[in-house]
Amino acid sequence: MNLAQLPVGASAAIQAYPQAGPAFTRLREMGLLPGTRVTLVRVAPLGDPIEIQVRGYRLSLRKSEASQVELAPEPPAAK
Amino acid sequence: MSAPAPSPAAPRSAPVYALVGNPNCGKSTLFNALTGLKQKVGNYPGVTVERKVGTAYTQHGQPLTLIDLPGAYSLAARSPDEAVTRDVLLGRRADTPTPDRIICIADATNLERNLYLVHQILDLGRPVILVLNMMDLAAQAGLTVRADQLSRELGIPVIPCEAAHGKGLIELKLALSRPDLPLPRHAWDIPAALAPAVAELQASLSAQDGKGPLVARAEALLLLTDPDPVRVAGSTPLSAATARILDSWKQRWAGDGTDCSGTLVAARYDAIGRLARETIVMPAAGARTTDADATLVLSDRIDAVVTHPVWGWLIFASIMATMFLGIFTLAGIPMGWIESLMTWLGDHVSALIPPGDFHDLVIDGALAGVGGVIIFLPQILILFFFIGLLESTGYMARAAFIMDRVMSRVGLNGKSFIPLLSSYACAIPGIMSARTIEEPKDRLATILVAPFMSCSARLPVYLLLIAALVSSNEVPLGTQVGLMLLMYFLGTAGAFAFAWLFKKTLLRGAPPLMIMELPPYRLPRLRDVAWQMWERAAVFVKRAGTVILALSIVLWFLANFPKPPAAAEGEPPVDALAHSYAGRAGHAIEPLIAPLGFDWRIGIGLIQSFAAREVFNSSMGVIFAVEESDDEAASQAHLRDALRTSVRPDGTPLFTPLVCLSLMVFYVFAMQCISTIAVVKRETAGWKWPLFQLVYMTGTAWVASFVLYQAGRALGF
Repeated sequence: MNLAQLPVGASAAIQAYPQAGPAFTRLREMGLLPGTRVTLVRVAPLGDPIEIQVRGYRLSLRKSEASQVELAPEPPAAK
Repeated sequence: MSAPAPSPAAPRSAPVYALVGNPNCGKSTLFNALTGLKQKVGNYPGVTVERKVGTAYTQHGQPLTLIDLPGAYSLAARSPDEAVTRDVLLGRRADTPTPDRIICIADATNLERNLYLVHQILDLGRPVILVLNMMDLAAQAGLTVRADQLSRELGIPVIPCEAAHGKGLIELKLALSRPDLPLPRHAWDIPAALAPAVAELQASLSAQDGKGPLVARAEALLLLTDPDPVRVAGSTPLSAATARILDSWKQRWAGDGTDCSGTLVAARYDAIGRLARETIVMPAAGARTTDADATLVLSDRIDAVVTHPVWGWLIFASIMATMFLGIFTLAGIPMGWIESLMTWLGDHVSALIPPGDFHDLVIDGALAGVGGVIIFLPQILILFFFIGLLESTGYMARAAFIMDRVMSRVGLNGKSFIPLLSSYACAIPGIMSARTIEEPKDRLATILVAPFMSCSARLPVYLLLIAALVSSNEVPLGTQVGLMLLMYFLGTAGAFAFAWLFKKTLLRGAPPLMIMELPPYRLPRLRDVAWQMWERAAVFVKRAGTVILALSIVLWFLANFPKPPAAAEGEPPVDALAHSYAGRAGHAIEPLIAPLGFDWRIGIGLIQSFAAREVFNSSMGVIFAVEESDDEAASQAHLRDALRTSVRPDGTPLFTPLVCLSLMVFYVFAMQCISTIAVVKRETAGWKWPLFQLVYMTGTAWVASFVLYQAGRALGF
């Protein structure tokens, strides 16, 4: 599953995303690293971009980037 | 402030401090609190980044130069703003002294991510003071940040602060007073896999590129963080030897699958994580859960409404409508005062100077030019009042969030919306507000298309031409309104079409990123809002105002010289204008505009419109010798009738409906406003883009009018 597919309100840990690409260096520097937990807070009214919570703050990114962020599979009903 | 030496520029010997921090951490508030009125706004040469320098004083009254560096998330810069921050800190900019000391400001409610930049800056090995801002909000969120512990860990002064309430400023100024600021005790483990590469690059940067040892280390780390070495090197390209070393390491890593950037960033966050665990006491269970953070509860409730599929749009629309009416209607009141003031001033000065060329120069040239500059201030102040409110509350990011999808269709991002909307009132404040767009290409594209939005100066021209066009007063109002709306639609469509085109061609680049922080909602800081309004107004008057004034005097000269021969006394004024350079220019461009249906008299109007588009009306009034009347409506009606009855030399009517339409379409697209040109010059730091804009917009106008007029003629109109 990737970050763009995460249901609203759900959270998961990041597994991996591409090493290269301008967006991804910045996303890493903003604290999105393998193992970091992210929560999908909401989706913009027109369906894009999305808003996530990471390291205690809110970040918005487009689905084109979010869809390349792979999430670690969660055991069902982890919470 | 009762400090000694109140000169705006501190003596050269004053120590230079840089103020650095993430966006949204309260940096401007702290800068304003430290420098008070003693700040200067300019531009970094060669880039469109604003440079703010002020004079602050230590608690013991020693002056110091404080450079407010643009907000940045990382020294691995991604925007021109961040590149300036990086370059000043690394001592790369010849125009700015390398800071002796650095004040880092971090948002205490969001410390981990804020510490990332701090962590990079500590690598520079220069004295650093860390200011933990918004301690009150952190406390409200249940976070306890142990500043003393953080100070021991980092070996630097760490000062808890509430810049918005002036708390902690004295402690900060006491730290500024310290002559013996300690160097950071900053040891973090560079991952073993990368350490040899960092050492080798550092040695090479030091030996081959002439960098100091610590700067060389910091640059080596940046080269491994950002995959694009050209971007990291910026204005100081790597020596061949260093580039070779970097390449050979990258090849080796590509072979064994090492992700140098990811490893490095992760190592920093590991170090920060350890620091955070020792210094931040979390609320509740203390675990770093991400989905139940008290700071965001209120913000979440607001956001649930503000980004709601129905309420969100309603709120967005009402805020935008209020803002637009503010600049469109409310600004009209003070603009009326300014006009009356200038008339009153003109009358009084007029009495003091004997009639003659000098009299006319002062009244119609200089004074009118000054009036033409300050007339924009109400709109600029009102727009930046709203922008300041929206930015300081955090709504601006939400507006961009909900509008992003729409604007991304033409390759822009959500932040282009407000500049474009504002441009319906006036392109000047609209273009100035484009500075809220970080992405430089999006910003430039927005500036380039903003003047297509039909501004309020075009309105009188449209009204006059629509009145002249509809052959009888009995034409249904609907037709007139429809024509007006059509003009607004044409301009808007042109703006979006060209934005799309520019982003596909001229300003093509990596697809624009929309990685944007959504800061928690905060109460607006009216003082900072007022500051920004004042700053924008001052920048406009100083930078654009001088150009506008100079160009208005030139236009005045062109319309008044040379004088008609003395024998022509008592002749109607049309001849004086026709005899002037402007009149001759109208004749000169006639072959160029004849295919659009315009003659030399309309040509004069087009030229004079460069002062402001609505000057077309008064220009037509002079040319067709319409009697001036105190009654505005009557004057308007006279002018309309004069246009309707005006004829070409062969006796056919000049202002046929087709010519009126062609002329309106020309006004929709043409760049005819010296004030806009002046402001674009200031905002893009050069003449290249305003001249490009002048050519492409006026070219578009010509083509559109040509097609319309020729097609209309072919169809027998």
